[in-house]
Amino acid sequence: MAEKILMKGNEAIGEAAIIAGCRYYFGYPITPQSELTAYMAKKLLKMKDAAFVQSESELAAINMVYGAASTGVRAMTSSSSPGISLMQEGISYIACSEVPCVVINMMRGGPGLGDIQPAQSDYFQATKGGGHGDYHLIVLAPSSVQELVDLTMDAFDLADKYRNPAMILGDGLLGQMMEAVEFKKKPKVDLPSKESWTLVGCKGRKPHQIVSFNLNPSVLEKMNLVINEKYKKLEEKEVRYEAISLENADLVIVAYGTVARIVKTVIQKAKKEGINVGLIRPITLYPFPEKIIGDTAEKIKKFLIVEMSLGQLIEDVRLAVNGKAKIKFYGRPGGIIPSPEEILEKVKKCL
Amino acid sequence: MKKVFGRPESLTETSFTYCPGCHHGIAHRLVAEVLDEFGVRENTIGVCPVGCSVFAYLFFNCDMICAAHGRAPATATGIKRAKPDSIVFTYQGDGDLAAIGTAEIVHAANRGENITVIFINNAIYGMTGGQMAPTTLVGQVTQTSPYGRDPKTMGYPIKMAEMLSTLKGATYISRVALSKPANIIKAKKSIKKAFQVQLDGKGFSMVEILSTCPTNWGLSPVEANRWLEENMIPYYPLGEFRTPEEVA
Repeated sequence: MAEKILMKGNEAIGEAAIIAGCRYYFGYPITPQSELTAYMAKKLLKMKDAAFVQSESELAAINMVYGAASTGVRAMTSSSSPGISLMQEGISYIACSEVPCVVINMMRGGPGLGDIQPAQSDYFQATKGGGHGDYHLIVLAPSSVQELVDLTMDAFDLADKYRNPAMILGDGLLGQMMEAVEFKKKPKVDLPSKESWTLVGCKGRKPHQIVSFNLNPSVLEKMNLVINEKYKKLEEKEVRYEAISLENADLVIVAYGTVARIVKTVIQKAKKEGINVGLIRPITLYPFPEKIIGDTAEKIKKFLIVEMSLGQLIEDVRLAVNGKAKIKFYGRPGGIIPSPEEILEKVKKCL
Repeated sequence: MKKVFGRPESLTETSFTYCPGCHHGIAHRLVAEVLDEFGVRENTIGVCPVGCSVFAYLFFNCDMICAAHGRAPATATGIKRAKPDSIVFTYQGDGDLAAIGTAEIVHAANRGENITVIFINNAIYGMTGGQMAPTTLVGQVTQTSPYGRDPKTMGYPIKMAEMLSTLKGATYISRVALSKPANIIKAKKSIKKAFQVQLDGKGFSMVEILSTCPTNWGLSPVEANRWLEENMIPYYPLGEFRTPEEVA
């Protein structure tokens, strides 16, 4: 077993990426994730066959990732909310061209320049595409530093497996806090060869082209349909969630990331007062764990969605519940972290 | 019989889609001839822009990627950093390089990225149907400067070669034209020099190519060549603005 070390979330992501084989990082500093950019600089600038570039903007960063990943290497960028907005054009191109890469978003309060406190208000942007056109990212939502590590490693595998960009959707709290983490060696996953599409020079074969457009609508429609097949597979095979105390729950909370962590405390506090609270924590935000929510709604009639936003996750929960249970909401936008006490208060009001 | 003229191997057999009299075809051919002469086709990755030459990936017979509008130098940076032994070039128009992608070209040059940039300056937006480019001449009529480019509100035509040659990271910067055979021969030499700089690992190189757009200029191909010589060359002087000797 690997030993546990105390590490800041942002730096842990960097170490996890390097262990996952990522040697190419392109990024622009932004709070609250700058430690990650600095970590990659410190490590990659000293490594062979590696590159770190502090780009002139997030626009440039994502397009550098596009270029590097097109050669078949594992490449990554990271940012926080406003910077991720700037990257959306590039992410859309990358998704259309089916180039695997990893994007980290350590969310902060928005909209606009917002603030630098933790938030969850980029859920729509992350899970519904974000840029123009019909596409999805694979979106993973860690709720501890350990999970930042594990899911970052998984994100590279999932991106390669599906030839699709993957996003880690964390927040400023996860990025800034220190926890003991273990960098477990992952069993080797069988991943598809990249040989058929990468740009490495056309010696001994026909040239490859990575193109995100076709002016013939029937061809472009087919391109869309091919990508859509991947999404169907993702929805079928890659859904992840954590479910706690669903049996005999008086109410089930749906929350992800930082908030889900706080809800675990709420569950303990509620129990002491004789209230049974369950939790469904989506780990993949896309593909969304709609089945477990739908199945739970057959038995438990009250759901509370808690978010650090004014209600984004709630829309996916509502679709999954499909009218079978009552849905309540509690959200704190703008960088406010809800306390266990205020969530418990809301739970009591819902009962 | 001795073959005296043929298609460069670095061009595919696909016919150009460019308008009659447009210089893209000549520029493509010159780049392809240079890749052939260096024998690097199979080790080259080209980055095409958004604009008329978005279709360049159909014509260059090497690995190609279409970048987002203006981002070709960033995409090329990523490729070159991941594959430092490959030859990487971007092919960009004036809207792509000198308007929407100004930040990317300046910083790629400033970092001294070891890539070659082919910059087509035809003083107008071709693909979208003839709007003002940052390189449109003062007084020039376009769809979006219908009374002529007025520098009071539209600024002056931007001189990218001169501007980038102030950067320490830029190793080779030149401006050429394709308006007559003598200019084409010089242009080829310049493009070859630019790729040589990259092959030698000496850093950023760019060739700005003054080109015609007969369709959107509303001129015949012959008139367009004359217009380029009489109007563009006096404002955009030809020559080398930065050479490896100067840098060393």
